[in-house]
Amino acid sequence: MTDKMIMLDPTSERTPARRQLLPRPETLAGLTVGLLDISKPRGNIFLDRLDELLRGKGITVKRYAKPTFTRVAPVDLKQRIASEVDVVVEGLAD
Amino acid sequence: MDVIADGLVAVVKQDCPTCVLIEPILAQLAADGITVYSQDDPDFPAQVPGVRDDRELEASFRLEIETVPTLLRMAGGREVGRLVGWERGEWREFTGIADLGGGLPGYRPGCGSKSVEPGIAEALAMRFGNLPIVARRIEVAPLEDAVEACFERGWSDGLPVVPPTPTRVYRMLQGTARPPDEVIGVIPPDLAPCTVEKVAINAVMAGCKPEYMPVVLAAVEAALIDEFCMHGLLCTTMFAGPMVVVNGPMARRIGMNSRENALGQGNRANATIGRALQLVIRNVGGGRPGGIDRACLGNPGKYTFCFAEDEEGSHWESLSVERGFAPDASTVTLFAADGVQAVADQKSRTPGSLARTFAACLRVVDHPKMVAAGDAFLVVSPEHERVFHAAGWSKARLKAELDALLLIPGAELVVGAGGIAEGIAAGRAGQSWPKFRPGGLNIVRAGGGAGMFSAVIGGWAATGEIGSIPVTKEITS
Repeated sequence: MTDKMIMLDPTSERTPARRQLLPRPETLAGLTVGLLDISKPRGNIFLDRLDELLRGKGITVKRYAKPTFTRVAPVDLKQRIASEVDVVVEGLAD
Repeated sequence: MDVIADGLVAVVKQDCPTCVLIEPILAQLAADGITVYSQDDPDFPAQVPGVRDDRELEASFRLEIETVPTLLRMAGGREVGRLVGWERGEWREFTGIADLGGGLPGYRPGCGSKSVEPGIAEALAMRFGNLPIVARRIEVAPLEDAVEACFERGWSDGLPVVPPTPTRVYRMLQGTARPPDEVIGVIPPDLAPCTVEKVAINAVMAGCKPEYMPVVLAAVEAALIDEFCMHGLLCTTMFAGPMVVVNGPMARRIGMNSRENALGQGNRANATIGRALQLVIRNVGGGRPGGIDRACLGNPGKYTFCFAEDEEGSHWESLSVERGFAPDASTVTLFAADGVQAVADQKSRTPGSLARTFAACLRVVDHPKMVAAGDAFLVVSPEHERVFHAAGWSKARLKAELDALLLIPGAELVVGAGGIAEGIAAGRAGQSWPKFRPGGLNIVRAGGGAGMFSAVIGGWAATGEIGSIPVTKEITS
């Protein structure tokens, strides 16, 4: 389609070139965990079990689902998740 | 590419009428082993066997060809002679063939080499020039948007940046005579060494033209002068960020705005030079809001705050001359600025009245009951300056009058006075106190021709030895 593009790093190069993951929380205590079902078959079974385990530890869980796994999540869903939870677990594959 | 052969070498393009004209000459010289490079069509000249295909323009770049045809003589791998265009006598002498080109016109100029066409020259320099550009190369995937990639990497101040491609950075580096690897200082807060190359990368992102580079470099260097206290200015919970005032001929040469809307938007040099300084601090220094930058509110000038003084229309000596530089010197002056406060006085026609207006407005810098806290810049518009000039007041006279008007009785300033808890210690009630430290009030002229308005730009409440004082740096190269 198009060629890759090269950019020159404007920073002091003290962090790795690859974008870093956001810092992971050390504990889930006091946090709200979102479980995102991408609507692939049987993803709900995995997430249901996770839901049960988390609630069993007293952690607040909220459930979300993409309308279809074939497309990126709708903006409204992404904004809801970002504003309602601290951490997301996404059931990505079969 | 192969080593350029010794002997005669010609560089041509089919698109050049002079090159077409001399095709029989090149065919004749082919018998003596001339090497011909063609920039656009490897089948041209058709009468010359073994034409070298230089559509990539590497040979043209390495031989520094500016015009075609160019005829060279190489010996021992080095150039020992060069002709440009077609001049029969010269070619005869150069080749030693007395009857060369008998049937041709005596003289035809050549055409521009493809290797020096706009955009091509930079691309060739990037490919073949062995440039000392050493910054880490970040690859953007084919389907990734480069502007979005810059946002995602945290390189932006919140507005889109121009993706710093090697070609753009190379062009930016052409704006300064200084070598890319020269370290101009260490940038707070990370104290990271900053090279001319890193400044150029951030200047590209800010949207600068290469010709702004000397101003950007001077601004970065000024920010690193110890008295400016860039590290503390960045960390403060207060409002301030660096403001850049440009003086001297450079401001006019690069088209900076010192008149209508001088403190506002719309002029590329004003907008991007101030932004480039902020991006250097953000990206090289690592100073980011919420990180080391602890501003409670900040101010919109922290995106960019840069303007030129209107020297041409002014009757007063300029800021840079006041600060000891020659009238023809170009300088940047940095000030730890909070923001712009309007001074609207459309009725004063005497300097005494207008000075009182200025004093009343200046008194509220930081807080009406605070003294010797922040410095200030007073930006006087042409219509206001006219009032002083008509009465024979120099800038020094105005400053002296303002100093007198801003000597405030301690009783008005102490804690609790006026029903306001903020204020100076109660024990200081018995005498008057100057609003600004000595030299803390600066005056420049800028603004459009219509409007009896001036502006107070208050400064960071930490000045003098415990904070930031304005610094000036000459713009060199």
